[in-house]
Amino acid sequence: MSNKYRLSSGGEINRSEIVSFKFNGKTLYGYKGDTLASALLANGIHLVGRSFKYHRPRGIFSSGVEEPNALVQIIKDQGKTDPNLRATQIEIYEDLNVISQNCWPSVNFDIGAINNFFSRIIPAGFYYKTFMWPASLWKNVYEYFIRKAAGLGKSPTKKDPDIYDHSYYHCEVLIVGAGPAGLMAAKTAAKSGKKILLVDERSSFGGNLNFSNKDYNKINDQTPFDWIKKTYQDLEKNKNIKILNRTSVAAYHNYNYLIMLQNLTDHLPDKDKKGKIRQRLWKIRARKVILATGAIERPMIFDCNDRPGIMLSSAVRKYVNTYGVKCGENITIFTNNDDAYETAITLHDKGVKIKAIIDIRDNSDGTLPKKCIDLGIKIHWKSTVVYTEGYKKINKIHVMKLSKDNNNVVGNKFKIDCDLLCVSGGYTPAIHLFTQSGGKLEYNEQKHYFFPKKNTLNQISVGSCNGTFGLKNIISEAQEKTNEFLNIDQKEQFNVLEPKGEKFENIWLLPTNKVSGKTKSFVDYQNDSTSNDIKLALREGFKSIEHVKRYTTTGMATDQGKIGNMHALGIVSEITNTKLGELGTTTFRPPYSPITFGALVGRNVGQFFDITRKTPMHDWHEKNNAKFEDVGQWKRAWYYPSNNESMYDAVQRESKAARTKAGILDASTLGKIDIQGSDASEFLNRVYTNAWSKLAIGKCRYGLMLNEDGMVYDDGVTTRLGENHYIMTTTTGGAATVMGKLEDFLQTEWPELKVYLTSVTDHFATVSVCGPYSKKILEKVTQNIDYSDINFPHMSFKDGLIDKIKCRVMRISFTGELSYEINVQANYGQSVWEKCMKAGKDFGITPYGTEAMHLLRAEKGFIIVGQETDGTVTPVDLQMDWIVSKKKYDFIGKRSLYRSDTMREDRKQYVGLLTNDPKEILEEGAQIVAEVKNMPPMDMVGHVTSSYYSPNLNKSIALAVVKNGKKLKGKKLYVPMPNKTIEVTVSDTIFLDKEGKRLNA
Amino acid sequence: MFLIKCPFCGERDHSEFSYGGEAHLVRPKQPTELSDDQWAEYLFMRKNIKGLQYERWNHLHGCRRWFNMARDTSNDKIHSVYKIGEKPSK
Ligand SMILES: [Zn+2]
Repeated sequence: MSNKYRLSSGGEINRSEIVSFKFNGKTLYGYKGDTLASALLANGIHLVGRSFKYHRPRGIFSSGVEEPNALVQIIKDQGKTDPNLRATQIEIYEDLNVISQNCWPSVNFDIGAINNFFSRIIPAGFYYKTFMWPASLWKNVYEYFIRKAAGLGKSPTKKDPDIYDHSYYHCEVLIVGAGPAGLMAAKTAAKSGKKILLVDERSSFGGNLNFSNKDYNKINDQTPFDWIKKTYQDLEKNKNIKILNRTSVAAYHNYNYLIMLQNLTDHLPDKDKKGKIRQRLWKIRARKVILATGAIERPMIFDCNDRPGIMLSSAVRKYVNTYGVKCGENITIFTNNDDAYETAITLHDKGVKIKAIIDIRDNSDGTLPKKCIDLGIKIHWKSTVVYTEGYKKINKIHVMKLSKDNNNVVGNKFKIDCDLLCVSGGYTPAIHLFTQSGGKLEYNEQKHYFFPKKNTLNQISVGSCNGTFGLKNIISEAQEKTNEFLNIDQKEQFNVLEPKGEKFENIWLLPTNKVSGKTKSFVDYQNDSTSNDIKLALREGFKSIEHVKRYTTTGMATDQGKIGNMHALGIVSEITNTKLGELGTTTFRPPYSPITFGALVGRNVGQFFDITRKTPMHDWHEKNNAKFEDVGQWKRAWYYPSNNESMYDAVQRESKAARTKAGILDASTLGKIDIQGSDASEFLNRVYTNAWSKLAIGKCRYGLMLNEDGMVYDDGVTTRLGENHYIMTTTTGGAATVMGKLEDFLQTEWPELKVYLTSVTDHFATVSVCGPYSKKILEKVTQNIDYSDINFPHMSFKDGLIDKIKCRVMRISFTGELSYEINVQANYGQSVWEKCMKAGKDFGITPYGTEAMHLLRAEKGFIIVGQETDGTVTPVDLQMDWIVSKKKYDFIGKRSLYRSDTMREDRKQYVGLLTNDPKEILEEGAQIVAEVKNMPPMDMVGHVTSSYYSPNLNKSIALAVVKNGKKLKGKKLYVPMPNKTIEVTVSDTIFLDKEGKRLNA
Repeated sequence: MFLIKCPFCGERDHSEFSYGGEAHLVRPKQPTELSDDQWAEYLFMRKNIKGLQYERWNHLHGCRRWFNMARDTSNDKIHSVYKIGEKPSK
C-alpha cells in the first residue's frame, strides 16, 4: 500500500490494520482509525468536491464537524445512499464507497464550473432577482433549473432498511464535550456521586488537546495524550457516570431538554452493521448542564482563499499528530496569532519543510514564534496573502506588506511556491448550543469574539466555548466552576506546562491590491458567498444582519456558517461602522449538525407510524373480504365486495338488503361514555341542546352537542340505564374530544356537580342489526327479551342474555329501518356477530360497511357531523330547531344561537338536491351557484355535502348546504363542473319514508 | 419542551400535557341576559400577553386533571402551578 503523504511513524491509527475503500470509483488504502479525510490526504488527494454556486474546485479544509467543503455521498446497496456527509467525520471501514457531490461529469472536469466565469452575473440575491416573473415559468423552468444547479447530494430512491432507535435519559449533570474542559468537569463532578452523562461527538476524547505538541504542553508532567487516557480510564471506573462517544447534541431546548444523535454502526464494515441499530436519538432531561463545546478555528478572508490545499492550521496539526499524515511538503502558513506556530514546529519536527510564515502582526514575543526563529523558519511580519494560484491545488501565494494602519497593502508583491497554505485566524467559541438554550452573548472588543454572558437555564459554560483559552486557564476554570455549580469541593492541584502566548490581531477582511469587486474572498465556502456579496447587500439597503444573511445566504448552508459567520458579521460591522456587540449575531438553530430523517422517525415507520385500532370483529371482516376505511385511528369495514364486485355494486347491494331483508353493521367504534352521579341528568341538560330530566329509565334519546359558539360539535344517542346512570354515544371521530370537553366543563366550570365520566368505548362491542327481519333475528339470538312493540318500543333499551353473556339491546336506528343495537363485553363481540349471521342466514342477513351506512342515512336525511357540518353550522341551519330546547335556561352554545350573525335568515342551510337526470350523481364537495356565468368567478351559494345513487329510490340523491336554502325548496340551482353544468332542484332533506313507518315495520 | 409540575402528579414532560388557553375566565351565570357585545367579549376575546400569563393546562396523558399555570410567555419560565379554584400566589 502506498500512502505518499503518510509519515513512517506516529499517530493514533492502527498501522497493522489496512483498510481499503473506494473514492470516485478508485480503490485507495488507509488505516483503521483514519477518517475519510485523513486517508484521502495520506493519498495526496485534496480535491473532493465542487462549490455550490460557481463549481470551483474545493478541498478538505478542516478536521471536524465544521467542515464546509468536503461533503461526500456514501453509496451503499442498490438505491441506498447517504448524502451530505463530511469527509472529516466519516471513519473509514472496509469497502466504504464514496463519491464527490455537486460535480458532473467528474470532480476533475466539471461542466458547472463555467458558472465561475460568469460569477459577476450571479451576485447575491441572484435567485431572488431572476426567478420572479412570470409565475408560469416557475413550474417548468425555474424550479427545474434551480434543482439541477443546486446540487447538494442525491437522496436515496429506496426505503431505508436501517434500524433507528429512540431513548430517553434523565441525569443530574450532562456534560457536553470531552475536551480538556469537559474531561476536567467530569473528573470533578464524578466524585460527587451524582448521575452524570458525558458525551462527545468524536470517536475519541480529548478534543484539540489530543493533537497539541507534547513538548510544549504537559499536565502533571504527563503528555496531553497520556493525561487524556488516564483521566478517561479513571472516569470509566465510576458507576455514576455514563460516557457516550460519537454522540452529538443537536438541539438544546428550554428546561434543559436536549436532543442528541448517537452513531452506533456507521464506522463499521457492512457485514458488522447487519441487524444492529444504526443510530439512536437520545432525548435528555438534565438537572444541570455543563457546556464544554470548545472553539472552532477561523480562516482568513483574502482573494481566492478557497483553493484545495488551503486548510485550517489546527487541522493540519491534527492530521500530522493523530493520523501521521502531512498535508503538503512545501508548506506556507498565514496567521494572526501564536497557535499557528505550534503547527509549524510540529511539522518541522516531523521533517516537513515550512517555507514561510506570513503573520499580520509586527512581531510576537511568544515561546513558539521565538522557537520558529531559532529553527530558521522564514517569518514575514506585518504581511498578508493577497492572492493564491493553482486551479485544482494551490501552487503559489502572493504576499504584500500591510500599511501601518492595516487598511492597505504597500510595497512590492512577491510570490512563494507552495503546495499547502495553513490559515489561522484565531478561535471562535462554539456558542451554538448556548444560544439555542436562550443564553445571551456579549462581544469582547479586545479578543474579537462573542462569549456566553447570561444564561437562563441551570447551566454553565467552561473552557474555550466560554472564551477561556490556554490549557492552564481552561483546566482551572473547569474545576472551579464545576465545584461551584454542583456545590461540591473537589480540588486538585495541577501543574500545567504550556507555551507563553502573545495576543492575536484581527482583520476581518484583509486588504488587497486589486480593485474592489475583482476579488473572490470567500466568507461562506459551502454557499459560495463572498465579501463582495455582503458589500452588495449593504449597498442595496439591507441593514439587519438577519436580512444580509438571507440575501447573501451566508451561514445558511448545512454547516450553518461554523467557519465564516464571524467574518460576515465583522465585515458588516466595519462597513456600516456599527459595533459588533450592537450588531448582534444571527440565530443558530437546531440541529447543530445534520440529523438523518431515519433517526428522527425512529421506530415509528410502516405499521408503527400510528396506532391502529381494530374492533373485536375485525378478524371476521378480514376473512369475509371487507375493504377497510380509516376513521381516525380505527379500521372500519367499508364494504364487502363479493365475486369481484366493484365498490359501487357492493354498496348498492348492501344498501338494498338492509331495507328489504336484514343488514348487520359493526358499530363498535362509536364513542361510549358511562355517566354516573346524582347530577347526571342536570349535566346532560347543560351539554345537550334538548331536555333530559324527564327521560324515563330504559329510554334512549338523540342529542346534539354544540360548542359555546353555537356550532354543532357532536351528536349521538344517550340511554338512561338507571336513576343516576346514563350511557352516552358519540361519533367515532369525536369520542376523545367529547370526553375531554365534558371533563373540562365538569372540572373547571361546574365542579359542584356530582358526575363521574368513564370512557368505555373499548369495553363494549356493538352489533347493529336492521331491516324488516331484524326483530326475528334478534329473537333467535337473545334470551329474556320480549320484542313486542308495546314492551320494547323504538328508542328504548332492554337488558338481556345471549346464552350466558349479558347484553344491552337498544332499539335505535340510523338507517330509518327497524333496528337494534346489541352491546356486549368487547371480547364476546365476534361470537355475538357470528351468532347473528347464523340466525339471520335464512333471512338473507347481509353485512354492510360504513359506505352503505352513509347511503342509508342520507336517504333519511340524517346528518353526519363533519360531513354535513364543518364547525360553521348551527342546529337551526340544519333545520333541526325541534331539538333545541326553548325552555331550558341554559346549555352550552345556547346564547350564541341568538347572536345577530347566527340568527341571519340567509345563512347556509341544510337542503336536499335532486338532479334532472336521476342517473346523474353529483360530486361531493361540488360548488353550487344560483346564476351561471361563462367564466369563473361565479358567486357560490353553497356546496354538496353528501351524494349517492339510492338503490331503494332508484334515483340519485344529494344533501347540501345552500345560502338561504330553507326558502329555496323547489327552485333550480346549478352545479358547474369542468365539462358541463348540472341543473338541480332544491328538495326536502328526507328522501325516503317521511312518516317514519319503517321504524315499526 | 417544558418540565411541568402537575399539582397532582409532580414533574412530568411537556408532551404529557395539553394547553387550554387563558385561565380565570368565568362563564357568565346568566348568558341570556348579556348583550351580543358582552357575550362576544366572553366568547372570543383573549389576552395575548408578553410576560406573565395565567393559563389552563390539562395533564392529558396522565391524571387528566385540569389546573392553572402562571407562565412568563417571553421566556417560558413557569412561576407557579395551582389547582382550579385556587388563586395564584403573588
Ligand atoms: Zn397529573
